[in-house]
Amino acid sequence: MIRIDSVTKRYPDGTVAVDRLSLEIPDRSITVLVGPSGCGKTTTLRMINRMVEPTGGTILLDGEDIQRQPVTTLRRSMGYVIQNAGLFQHRTIVDNIATVPRMLGWGKQRARERAAELMERVGLDPSLAKRYPYQLSGGQQQRVGVARALAADPPVLLMDEPFSAVDPVVRKGLQDELLRIQDELGKTIVFVTHDIDEAIKLGTMVAVLREGGRLAQYAPPAELLSSPADGFVEDFLGADRGIRRLSFFPSAALELTTDAVVPADAGAALITATKAPHLLVTDPDGRPLGWAGRDELTAGDIRTDRLLPYGRPFVPGADSLRVALDCAVLSPVGWAVAVDGGGRVTGVVSQQTIGEAIRAAHTAGRADEEKVAG
Amino acid sequence: MNVLNFVNAFFSDSAHWHGYDGIPQRFWEHLQYSLLALAVAAAIGLPVGLLTGHTGRGGNALAFVANAARALPSFGLLVLAVLLIGFGLLPVMIPLVVLAVPPILVTTYEAVRSVDPAPVDAARGMGMHESRILFQVEVPVALPLILSGLRSAAIQIVSTATIAAYVSLGGLGRYIIDGLYQRDYEKVVGGATLVAVLALLTLAVFWAAGRLAVSPGVRRR
Repeated sequence: MIRIDSVTKRYPDGTVAVDRLSLEIPDRSITVLVGPSGCGKTTTLRMINRMVEPTGGTILLDGEDIQRQPVTTLRRSMGYVIQNAGLFQHRTIVDNIATVPRMLGWGKQRARERAAELMERVGLDPSLAKRYPYQLSGGQQQRVGVARALAADPPVLLMDEPFSAVDPVVRKGLQDELLRIQDELGKTIVFVTHDIDEAIKLGTMVAVLREGGRLAQYAPPAELLSSPADGFVEDFLGADRGIRRLSFFPSAALELTTDAVVPADAGAALITATKAPHLLVTDPDGRPLGWAGRDELTAGDIRTDRLLPYGRPFVPGADSLRVALDCAVLSPVGWAVAVDGGGRVTGVVSQQTIGEAIRAAHTAGRADEEKVAG
Repeated sequence: MNVLNFVNAFFSDSAHWHGYDGIPQRFWEHLQYSLLALAVAAAIGLPVGLLTGHTGRGGNALAFVANAARALPSFGLLVLAVLLIGFGLLPVMIPLVVLAVPPILVTTYEAVRSVDPAPVDAARGMGMHESRILFQVEVPVALPLILSGLRSAAIQIVSTATIAAYVSLGGLGRYIIDGLYQRDYEKVVGGATLVAVLALLTLAVFWAAGRLAVSPGVRRR
């Protein structure tokens, strides 16, 4: 465990970057430091590997003051990933990744084998091994940066805005990859970002810092969204924190209805028996085709080329209530389509039903929080 | 066409190809003076440039000294050195080294200082020692610029080393000075041509060194 105890960083000119900050960073989880620029989040991270020396307070790593071991030994026990990857442009990808193992005295062959293994782990094609950094895209370079930090299998990983410089699509891919790698490796990760969405997506714990390096709130992301400590945190979370909080509620318990689902070759009798104003038409395999008004259908034959688009379906269990609600909002008829892993319709659900599920989840959430508090 | 005739006459005269005043001997002397001066200048300019570039300190003082050194006339310095310490190799080396140190020093400093700070930060953060950061992260990336500083220093030395002949030493300057004195313009033009050839050879050597020593990742092809 990393324990930051009343740490202060005051520069000679009097500016205070971090002000008596205390944090307990749990093992084998992702702790995110987030806040506006000038809040001291990067300074805090850089004090953990002593790239910046604090002017007050102590940082303990597994109970021992980090000042008590040689700075290079400390740094070699922590992976370090920075914004633009910071790759060595004169070295090939495989040699970039092998840097720390080579520094630790591994043989060339063993270090390269390890590097190849890591390329696979972070989702890099082996054919890139002999390329140079300038031949890779920004996203690929950042993967190399992560692989390089993991090369000597350090227990701690420090990540300083690692995904800020890539476009949103690539960033999402990198975030998902990091969560997957973390599932496999269980590192103690300290992650700095200015992007609250990234913090909420990645963090097991999120520390919100405010200007002047003071801690505004330290909580799991769901708690941050449901009960921000003050106006600053609330503003920083943005106007739609209620909607975002739905990401933490599962959609598995949603009550689906199959009444309004009809196959394209359904007879007139089946259609007349249905009460729903809109019907979801499926193909013979059960995959969605589109919505049709009930009145059009009673005419008998279903014209598949005149159906309303069914929008994006969600997968109950895998997707959150936020996704389900989004699907319903985007649907032309106000109903979300639920599918199984194979894309076959398992039912539909109305905005109203989703709204009830949200209210139920909120009530349950509050009860949980009270239990934790009590 | 006079000049070309002179060149042709100079190089086709077999008497110019051997003996203590022959082309190979004078060429070799010139090369020796040049290499020695370059080695001494590099021994001064490279370490100071690398160190100041790495730490980022002393840049202003460096620029001041370098500009002052550039303002010194080589020939005047030679005469002064001879007056102070007499004839010999040392008074010739002084103006050549003074001439060559500023381009080496200033470009090396600039080359190291302008290396992207991100990889340096990454290297430091992964626990690399400072000397390793300099030689394994900064220098490989700064190498093309460092070589260009050495190259312009080398070219300046090669063309200026002709002044060695003024103080009774050898080298290709012998032909130019003796030729002027004897009004033998064939010799003057021949000597000047040889200096130009050596300068071109120097360029070729540095081009090859760049190809061999600079990583394809830095050359970007």
